[in-house]
Amino acid sequence: MAEALLKVTDLKVHFPIGKTLLSPGQTVRAVDGVSLEVRRGEVVGLVGESGSGKTTLGRSVLRLVEPTAGSVTFDGEELTGVPPQRMKALRSRMQIIFQDPYASLNPRMSVGQIIGEALLLHHIGTGKDRGQRVGDLLQQVGLPREAAARFPHEFSGGQRQRIGIARALAVNPDFIVADEPVSALDVSIQAQIINLIQDLRQALGLSLLFIGHDLSVIEFLCDRVVVLYLGKVMETATAADLYANPRHPYTRALLDAAPVPDPRVRRQRITLKGDLPSPIAPPSGCVFRTRCPFAIEDCARAIPPLETVGSDHSVACIRAAELNLTE
Amino acid sequence: MVDSTIEAIATTPPQSYGRRALKRFLKRPMAVLGLAFLVLLALIVIFGPLISPYSFDGQDFSLIGSPGPMTAEHWLGTDELGRDALTRLIYGGRVSLAVGLAGAIISTLVGTVVGAFAGFYRGWTDTLLMRFTDVMLSIPTLPLVLLLSGLFRPGPVLLVAIVGTLIWMGTARLVRSQFMALREREFVEAARALGAGGFRLMFRHILPTAIGPITVAATLAVGSAIMLESALSFLGFGIQPPVPTWGNLLNSASSWLSVAPWLAIPPGLCILFTVLSVNFLGDGLRDALEPKE
Repeated sequence: MAEALLKVTDLKVHFPIGKTLLSPGQTVRAVDGVSLEVRRGEVVGLVGESGSGKTTLGRSVLRLVEPTAGSVTFDGEELTGVPPQRMKALRSRMQIIFQDPYASLNPRMSVGQIIGEALLLHHIGTGKDRGQRVGDLLQQVGLPREAAARFPHEFSGGQRQRIGIARALAVNPDFIVADEPVSALDVSIQAQIINLIQDLRQALGLSLLFIGHDLSVIEFLCDRVVVLYLGKVMETATAADLYANPRHPYTRALLDAAPVPDPRVRRQRITLKGDLPSPIAPPSGCVFRTRCPFAIEDCARAIPPLETVGSDHSVACIRAAELNLTE
Repeated sequence: MVDSTIEAIATTPPQSYGRRALKRFLKRPMAVLGLAFLVLLALIVIFGPLISPYSFDGQDFSLIGSPGPMTAEHWLGTDELGRDALTRLIYGGRVSLAVGLAGAIISTLVGTVVGAFAGFYRGWTDTLLMRFTDVMLSIPTLPLVLLLSGLFRPGPVLLVAIVGTLIWMGTARLVRSQFMALREREFVEAARALGAGGFRLMFRHILPTAIGPITVAATLAVGSAIMLESALSFLGFGIQPPVPTWGNLLNSASSWLSVAPWLAIPPGLCILFTVLSVNFLGDGLRDALEPKE
C-alpha cells in the first residue's frame, strides 16, 4: 500500500455567524472532525449533498480556508500554522481546479497572463521560456498555443475549464483538489473533461481529491470514496467495494438516488425525505438519524465512531453490522 | 502529448476588456457629447489665454467704476475694475478645472487605498478605517472649511488638498464593498492557491476588476470637486482675487446681478454644463465598464 501523501486528521472548520458585542452568535460546523487520507498516485472521491461540507473541506486542506482545529499533513509536513513563505513554496505542489470555469478565470487577464502568473510566482523559467511553457501547457490540455493571446470570455465553458486545468498544472503539482470540475458543464462536455483529467492523472502521476456528486463520474475516476454528510464522514471504502457493498444507510440512499439507465430494473430504494439539517444545530448523536429509515433510539445518544468493517472500509453507523444494505 | 484533439478557437483578433468597453461607450450619445464638451472646454482653457489680447488682471482704466456692457472689444463685457470678462472666465475655467481634476485624483487615490485595505483585510483594519471614514463624513464641510480658511489663506495646492480630503469617503465605501465581494471570487482564490500575496491579490487581481466603478466614482468626483471649489471661492475662502475662478467670478458678479447679469450668467452656466457633462460621462462609463452580461 502506497504511503499517504495528504493526511487529514480530525479536521474542523467552524464559521462564527451573527457575533456582536452583545451576543456570542452561533457557529456553523461546516466540517466537523473529518479524517481522511490520499495516497500517492491515488484519486479519492469526496461525495455528499450540497451543504455537506465537501467544498469547505477541499479548500481547507489547501489552507484557502483556515481550519479551526485538527491537522493536515502533506508529504509528512504539517500545514496548519506553517509560516507564509513556506506555505507559498508548498503551494507549487498542491493545486485546485474550480467548479465554475466562468468565475475562476480573471476576466481582465489574457490566458497567457493567467497561466504565466503561476510560473512567475514560483520563479519557473524566465521571460521567453515562460511563453514557451504556457504554449506547451495549453497543448497538453488540448488547446492551441495561440489561445494564450486571448481573453477568457472568448472561450466556451469546456475550453475555460481546460485553461483552469492548465493553470493548475503549470507549477507541476503532485496533488490537486478538483472541486466539482464538471458540474457546471454541459453533459456532452463533461466526458471530455473527465477523460482529460483521467489522462493527465496517468501521464503525470497525480494524486487527486475529487469532489463531486455525480456517482457515475466518481466510480469511473476514483480509487477510493469518502462519503460526507453534514461535515462528518459517514463511510469510506474503495470505490468498487462501496458501490457493491454499501454499509451506511446514507451511502445506500445516495446510490439509490442515481438514475439507472434501464426502466425494467425494479429496486427497493431508500429515498431521503426533507433537507439536510442545519449545520448550526446538528442533531445529537448520529447526524443522519433524522432522515435515516433505520434510526432507533440509541442513534441519538452518542456520535457513532468511524469503525473498520473490512479491508480499507470504514463506516460510522451503530447498526452497520445488523443491516443488510446490499441489493 | 496527452490529448490529441486540439480544440478550434475563434480566429478574430483577441478582444481585450478595454476594446470592448470602448465599443460600448461609443453607443452612448449623451456620454460622447459630455466627453466632447469637456475636451472642447479643456482646449479652450488651455489655449484661450494665449490667444486672448487681454491678461486676466489687465485693466482698462477708462472702464473702471461699474461693469461695462458686451461690446465687440469685450464680448462678455468688463467687470467693475475694467477687466475683460471673457478672459477672466477662460482663465477662471483653467483654475477651476485644474483644482477639480486634482482634487478628484487625490480623493480617488485616498478613497481607493482606504477602501481596498478595509475590504481586503476586514476585521479590525476594516473597523478602524471605516469608523474614521464615518467621522470624516459626519464633519460638516462648510464650517470646517471656514475654520481652516480663517487660519490660513489657501493657495491652489492647499485648496486641492482640502477638496480632496473632503470628498474621498464615498469612494472609500464603494471600493470597500467591491473588494469585499471580489475577494471571495474564485479567480482570486485561484491566485491565492498559486501563492499570490496580499498586495498582488489586491492590486493585480481585485483592483483591475473593480476599475469600472472606481472610474465612475472618480469622474463624478471631478464634478463634486468643481462644485466644492466654486462654493468655497464664492464664499471668499477659495482661490483669492485677483486670480479668477468660476466661483469667485460668481461672487464678485453677484453684487451687480440686477444691473449687469451678463457677468454672473456665464460662469454659472460654465459650472452647470461642466458638472452636467461630467455626470453624463460618468453614466456612460458606468454602462461601458460594468456591462450586465
